[in-house]
Amino acid sequence: MELFKNTNIDFLGKKWTFIGASLVLTAVGLASWIGKGGLKYGIDFTGGANIVVKFASKPPVEKIRSAVSAKIPGELSVQEVSAENEVIIGTPIKGDVALQSETQTIIQTLASTFGDSSGKLDLNNANGQTLTDHLRGPLQQASVAVSEQQLRDLAKSILDFKNSPPRSGLLASFDQLSSVNGVTPQVLNVIKQQCHLSPFSIRSAEVVGPKIGAELRNKAILATLYALGGMLVYLAFRFELAYGLAAVIAVFHDVIITLGLFSLFNKEISLNVVAALLTLVGYSMNDTIVVFDRIRETLKLSRRELSPKIVNDSINQTLSRTVLTSGLTFISALALLLFGGPVLNGFAFALVAGIIVGTYSSIFVASPILVFWHDYIQRRKQAPAAAAAK
Amino acid sequence: MQNLKWKAVLIVATVLICTFGIVGLPKSIDELKANWNNNIRLGLDLKGGSLLVLQVQVQDAFKSEANTQIERLKEEMGKQGIAYASMDHSEPKTLADADKIEIDVKGVPAEKTQAFRNIINDMMASWILTPLNSTDYKMTLKPTEALALKTDTVARSMTTIESRINGLGLAESSVQQRGGAGSEAEILVSLPGLDDPGRVKAILQTAAMLELYEVKDGPFNRQEDALAKNGGVLPLNTKLLRSVPRAGDQGSEGWYIVTRTPVITGRDLRDSKPAQDEFGKWETSFVLSQDAKGRFGRFTESNVGNRLAIVLDGQVRSAPTIQSRIEDQGRITGASSHQDASDLALVLRAGSLPAGIVYLQEQTVGPSLGADSIRQGLTAGLIGLIVVIVIMLVYYRASGINATVALILNAIILIGVLAYLKAVLTLPGIAGIILLIGMAVDSNVLIFERIREEMRAGKAALAAIDTGFSKAFLTIIDTHVATVVSCAFLFMFGTPAVRGFAVTLVIGLVANVFTSVFVSRALFQFEMAGKGVNPRLSIGI
Repeated sequence: MELFKNTNIDFLGKKWTFIGASLVLTAVGLASWIGKGGLKYGIDFTGGANIVVKFASKPPVEKIRSAVSAKIPGELSVQEVSAENEVIIGTPIKGDVALQSETQTIIQTLASTFGDSSGKLDLNNANGQTLTDHLRGPLQQASVAVSEQQLRDLAKSILDFKNSPPRSGLLASFDQLSSVNGVTPQVLNVIKQQCHLSPFSIRSAEVVGPKIGAELRNKAILATLYALGGMLVYLAFRFELAYGLAAVIAVFHDVIITLGLFSLFNKEISLNVVAALLTLVGYSMNDTIVVFDRIRETLKLSRRELSPKIVNDSINQTLSRTVLTSGLTFISALALLLFGGPVLNGFAFALVAGIIVGTYSSIFVASPILVFWHDYIQRRKQAPAAAAAK
Repeated sequence: MQNLKWKAVLIVATVLICTFGIVGLPKSIDELKANWNNNIRLGLDLKGGSLLVLQVQVQDAFKSEANTQIERLKEEMGKQGIAYASMDHSEPKTLADADKIEIDVKGVPAEKTQAFRNIINDMMASWILTPLNSTDYKMTLKPTEALALKTDTVARSMTTIESRINGLGLAESSVQQRGGAGSEAEILVSLPGLDDPGRVKAILQTAAMLELYEVKDGPFNRQEDALAKNGGVLPLNTKLLRSVPRAGDQGSEGWYIVTRTPVITGRDLRDSKPAQDEFGKWETSFVLSQDAKGRFGRFTESNVGNRLAIVLDGQVRSAPTIQSRIEDQGRITGASSHQDASDLALVLRAGSLPAGIVYLQEQTVGPSLGADSIRQGLTAGLIGLIVVIVIMLVYYRASGINATVALILNAIILIGVLAYLKAVLTLPGIAGIILLIGMAVDSNVLIFERIREEMRAGKAALAAIDTGFSKAFLTIIDTHVATVVSCAFLFMFGTPAVRGFAVTLVIGLVANVFTSVFVSRALFQFEMAGKGVNPRLSIGI
């Protein structure tokens, strides 16, 4: 099977169409970016507190909002992740100590609003130590003989069962536990007497103070810029400066367009998304190098100057490879977007968008820039010569 | 052929060593699973647990240092009969202001100037004395001393936090100083697998300063009562401490007048553990060190009938009457539960914090979220991998098998090296793996497309393979080195998450050069070897 056989497409001839398209995409992204007053950053960069809570059924957003805002002054966001029956409760940035105590308050408010007031242990939000402590005495009273180690193992297997998918932290009824190793009917009875099941479970909590937020933001930007600089130097060393510049401009173009897409689709930029942007930088650079490498090889073999024809031929010769590799990597990323779950969603989105833009830019951005640059240098060389000839 | 044999040995050896790193030598399926779980370390985001960044409030240590100096100075000036109007220190609010702390002494009589200066020179060598006028002075800490105090405070806090964390008995936990500009006083605590961050945060934040004082008077119901009884001023060398009601008791707060310096401090402890009293109530017992034993024995012997205040973090926990000489035992009553008593024992064993701490960042991933992320990440990864393999087999036919073998080998080497390095697999690390699948496929595609090109140009299979590999090799090196260069920068300047990405990717890239160039080529040679003089190659054209 072959995708492309001896193609001879004039990529550079249509460069203005594609450069135009790139400019339009960039402009649309930037317009949305500026129009919305900047990108939407995740909590890692803005600072603040985020608590993700999973509910047994559709979360009662209004009830949560009113219960929590009664306890916490100021702005509060309660955002529903409908596919997962989850809500993200967020407070904006404030002092380190205030953020810590507010997180505590939110969790307590949830427990008092949705929990049971009988004083029983909430199994859906219990940890190993408290579960062990709660079962020790009652099990003895019910004359179930367990050693301390067995008790700890029992608590651990109950919690592991509760936390593993498809329950994902929430038990609907105690009877589900009967399949757990070590949970005999007697034990189950004790658990039923000692515990209750609230309709929610805390999935994660994140608190980022003002200092750390600013620092993470700077670090992420710096790391990316240094990485780009490092590649520029390597390419300048292995090829020529012009190749390095063209590749870095193309990659920069990809990052800007992807960020624009994030703004258009209202997606949050988190630390994980930055990792995805770095991945796409690596990927796009890889793609560009393959084309440039072919150009260099052809130049060496033909002993000619760089010309649009050579660039075109090189793109055509590597086209099969470009399409195949991009297609396959795209499939990996798409699988991640479709099956990777909510935590990886932003990340996978950046990859999917980035692979398309990255492949496109190697052909339609990096290569024309290389030709432009070469022509510009040639003209500058010829201009004084022409002037001298006059 | 000899050459090929050695290649085969090298490849098989690599696979075996890496597989051993991943699963060891299991004798049963359960053991295999256990080994896998031990060797593949999952990051916080996949396993669940907490990451805390805390900041040592160094200014606290500066304030208490100033306090100590003021006490000593007051005592010495009292001895020498030098009068003064007031003696205070400034209150630096933030870490940055810590070393700007000042001690202000006002109203020293002009004729005593020389005597006062002599005391300062003798006793407070680390402070700089600046006269404001003939009777008032300002003292500031020498910069070198300030730096030493700061470093020492952070180092001591870290040791204390480390031993508290160790006392919790969590595997894989780590305590380290956070790098970066202006973050000298920040400590990063990583607690994988932790399921009750609230409790641990409280344990870490407790100052745990234990002091035993001789009670001079009390308890009083109100602070004013204590002062009124003594004519509005506290007796010389005493101070007033508040007591907190015990858990479960109805008692209200009270005030005690105690000696200014403690008889025993937390540093004199040798051990501490939870215990139950005769009524089954939880308490924390402690044992004094050899050195403090004699001192405490003499003190209690000469103070039988007097009361002793047991003070934790500046609050009186209890004030029992001394019945007889006590050698080295003591107890802190009033714990609300076993957990409470054992947590207190833990922090007492670990020692006190020289300064308060504030949490700058907390990232807690619940165990259920971690389990979901792993499952979803794996599902997505597997689906991606299977589709990629199927397409390669369809597109490149038999040669697609080479690519698939190279891809799987790559994965084994990557996981094996991660296991040997005890590196942690994080969510961004999985991202690195996906980029890696892309690059591994890319290397194979580059090589195969080259081979096809050469075959189309009329070369025989063997020659086409040789040229294809050697031409694609340069491109592969360039793409890989460029990515490694960028990873190096990511590692140097990135956050821990980004570092995880960089490490995984670099290992994978090196493995990829090996599998796609060396292993894949050996496979081709192996296939061709048995097929006579001019073998055919199945590569999809």
